[in-house]
Amino acid sequence: MTTSDTTTTSECPIILDVKGLSTDFVMKRGTVQAVRDVSFSVHAGEVLAIVGESGSGKSVASLSILQLLQPPGRVVAGEVRYRGQDLLLLSKREMRDVRGNKISMIFQEPMTSLNPVFTIEDQLTESIRTHMKLDKKAATERAIEMLRLVGIPSPEQRIKEYPHQMSGGMRQRVMTAMALSCDPDLLIADEPTTALDVTIQAQILALLADLREKIGMAVILITHDLGVVAESADRVVVMYCGQVVEEATAQALFERPLHPYTLGLLESIPGMEDTEDDGQLYMIPGMVPNPLNLPKGCAFAPRCSWAIDRCASDMPPLVELEDGRKLRCFVDVTAVEPAAPACAPAESAPAGPTPAGPSPAGPASGEVRA
Amino acid sequence: MLKYVIKRVLMVIPVMIGVSIIVFALMRVFSPDPAPIVLGQHATIETIEAWRDANGLNDPVVTQYFKYLTGAFKGDLGTSYYTKTPVTEEIFARFPATIELAIAAIVFASIVGILLGVVAAVKKNSIFDAAGSLFALVGVSIPIFWLGILLIMFFSGYLHLLPSGGRIDVLLKPAEVTGFYMIDALLEGNWEAFGNALQHIILPALALGMYSMAIITRMTRSSMLETLGQDYIRTARAKGISEGKVIGKHALRPSLIPVTTVIGLQFGSLLGGALLTESVFSWPGIGKFTVDCILKSDFPVVQGIVLLVAVIFATINLVADLAYATLDPRIKYSSKKER
Ligand SMILES: Nc1ncnc2c1ncn2[C@@H]1O[C@H](COP(=O)(O)OP(=O)(O)OP(=O)(O)O)[C@@H](O)[C@H]1O
Ligand code: SF4
Ligand SMILES: [Mg+2]
Repeated sequence: MTTSDTTTTSECPIILDVKGLSTDFVMKRGTVQAVRDVSFSVHAGEVLAIVGESGSGKSVASLSILQLLQPPGRVVAGEVRYRGQDLLLLSKREMRDVRGNKISMIFQEPMTSLNPVFTIEDQLTESIRTHMKLDKKAATERAIEMLRLVGIPSPEQRIKEYPHQMSGGMRQRVMTAMALSCDPDLLIADEPTTALDVTIQAQILALLADLREKIGMAVILITHDLGVVAESADRVVVMYCGQVVEEATAQALFERPLHPYTLGLLESIPGMEDTEDDGQLYMIPGMVPNPLNLPKGCAFAPRCSWAIDRCASDMPPLVELEDGRKLRCFVDVTAVEPAAPACAPAESAPAGPTPAGPSPAGPASGEVRA
Repeated sequence: MLKYVIKRVLMVIPVMIGVSIIVFALMRVFSPDPAPIVLGQHATIETIEAWRDANGLNDPVVTQYFKYLTGAFKGDLGTSYYTKTPVTEEIFARFPATIELAIAAIVFASIVGILLGVVAAVKKNSIFDAAGSLFALVGVSIPIFWLGILLIMFFSGYLHLLPSGGRIDVLLKPAEVTGFYMIDALLEGNWEAFGNALQHIILPALALGMYSMAIITRMTRSSMLETLGQDYIRTARAKGISEGKVIGKHALRPSLIPVTTVIGLQFGSLLGGALLTESVFSWPGIGKFTVDCILKSDFPVVQGIVLLVAVIFATINLVADLAYATLDPRIKYSSKKER
């Protein structure tokens, strides 16, 4: 057994505790269970990564936490405890006091997340004035301060601009400034970089890591890029089809992935040793199942090389292992060879891609791949 | 900005020339000869010919047109065959009445329309939405004159609440400064006259504005629904600001951009609707006057009114475009490069 990770953050108090969260989209065509019985917790000051392919429910889970879902989306079960208080039970007014203030969010779409008809100043000072009760002048000063913090040059001028006058990277910086402007306890960053080009991605991630240290907030970093996780996360939750399939410290996950889906994800990171012989990037075979018609047993079974008979009929429970990791799988992939080696090369399974991959980052690592 | 406005104003000139040619031709082809109407049935051929000579109607049509055009450029639109008063005077005497009515109608249509549209969008698929849609459907389908008669029957005939026609009680008529009675009354500080003028304008403004109100409601609803689904609305909610601000600021302002254009177009078409409304409510404006003059073949007056309406349309379009640009910072007048 590899040493289970003991980071300082895991001893910090839990600030967000999500338990059994389930979110449905009820539509005429059927019900999509976008988030199914998801539980995880965030400690003060740590970076928790949520990874998973497109459609695995990462965004819906985070929108559920802040209750920003639009109908037909609806949280149907669970608790979202923030410092002991279940957010799902708060009144609309009380919830507004949390949003943008204690918990804030950066969205996946920087190009469309700012209102095109108001200036940056207007949009930035709004939350500052609401939550910090500052007057207009003080709020503008703080807004300029925040823009400078996120690395926007000559913020006094740029604050007068409209979103269409800015590039995608600049807009995501503005979004970041907005999210950080009231010194939140927790920042939910939903794929803050996917829409941006590689250099800007690296800049924004470095910026987040840097700011996290300065402000001391916790971050939920949502991504489908494991490279990003390796660089910045303390702990990782892997989601598939709306469920948590594995949870571990970043180090443990990269050293010894336990879920077949996690293995597949790790192998599909670009720039890793385990690309196929022909130079092609490894891809998890098959497709994500139709969310309207999920498999009866393990949701990953149709694509899994380790699948046994039971996988198709029974749903594996999420089990807590002795070292604090969590896993939703019937099979011990460290002990058993995959049934269909063509899909997932066996030798890669136990070793994992760690040796040549990006080094698992410590809790405060702010370094960024170029 | 100024360059843009000047360009737009210059573009109106060819439009005006085209419009004037069309009316000029139409009047001469389809209207009965004005001479017998003006001079009466018993006029002799000689008097008629003399009158036609005096009014240039015996010249070749092209000559007549160029005479008219050169006059028009100098601001001289000729005189009415009947009153012998300059056309411009005739028009400007009645113009404020029509504009006052049209403004009242568009203000009613915009306020009620935007309000209903916003409520319908925010409470989508609720009873409010259904009621709003029904109201809008009635609004677009009901003919103005019929609605006008219904309103008169109910509010003045049955309830005796509001007057059935006219602009103001003759005794209360304020001294004309602007020609807008409500403004003139206020200038005099005469509240009674103001109230009286207001009472007179309510029913015709309702009748005239109903159709536009319905169109504005529909436009606001669909525009608002589109905006409410935008990512930036989610951002606004994520900031923790009040729902009133999310709807009334972040959603409403972008939604109003297409609505302004519709309001501008509707204001233009209100001037057409004024024709019927003014007749139903005996409102002494241009609309009623136009009908009378067409029937009497008063060529100079009809030509003048049509030209004027064309100018008004062009102005309204320009104003709507400018309003649009104020609401939407992405629009630029010049080819200034984006950063
Ligand atoms: N408005 C909606 N109506 C219906 N279904 C939805 C809606 N939004 C999301 N879903 C469903 O919820 C599931 C999870 O979507 P979600 O956006 O959370 O995925 P994600 O993990 O964030 O993916 P990505 O990496 O593409 O952002 C998907 O199967 C999707 O079909
Ligand atoms: S439970 Fe079965 S199908 Fe699911 S991941 Fe494990 S081995 Fe594969
Ligand atoms: Mg997403």
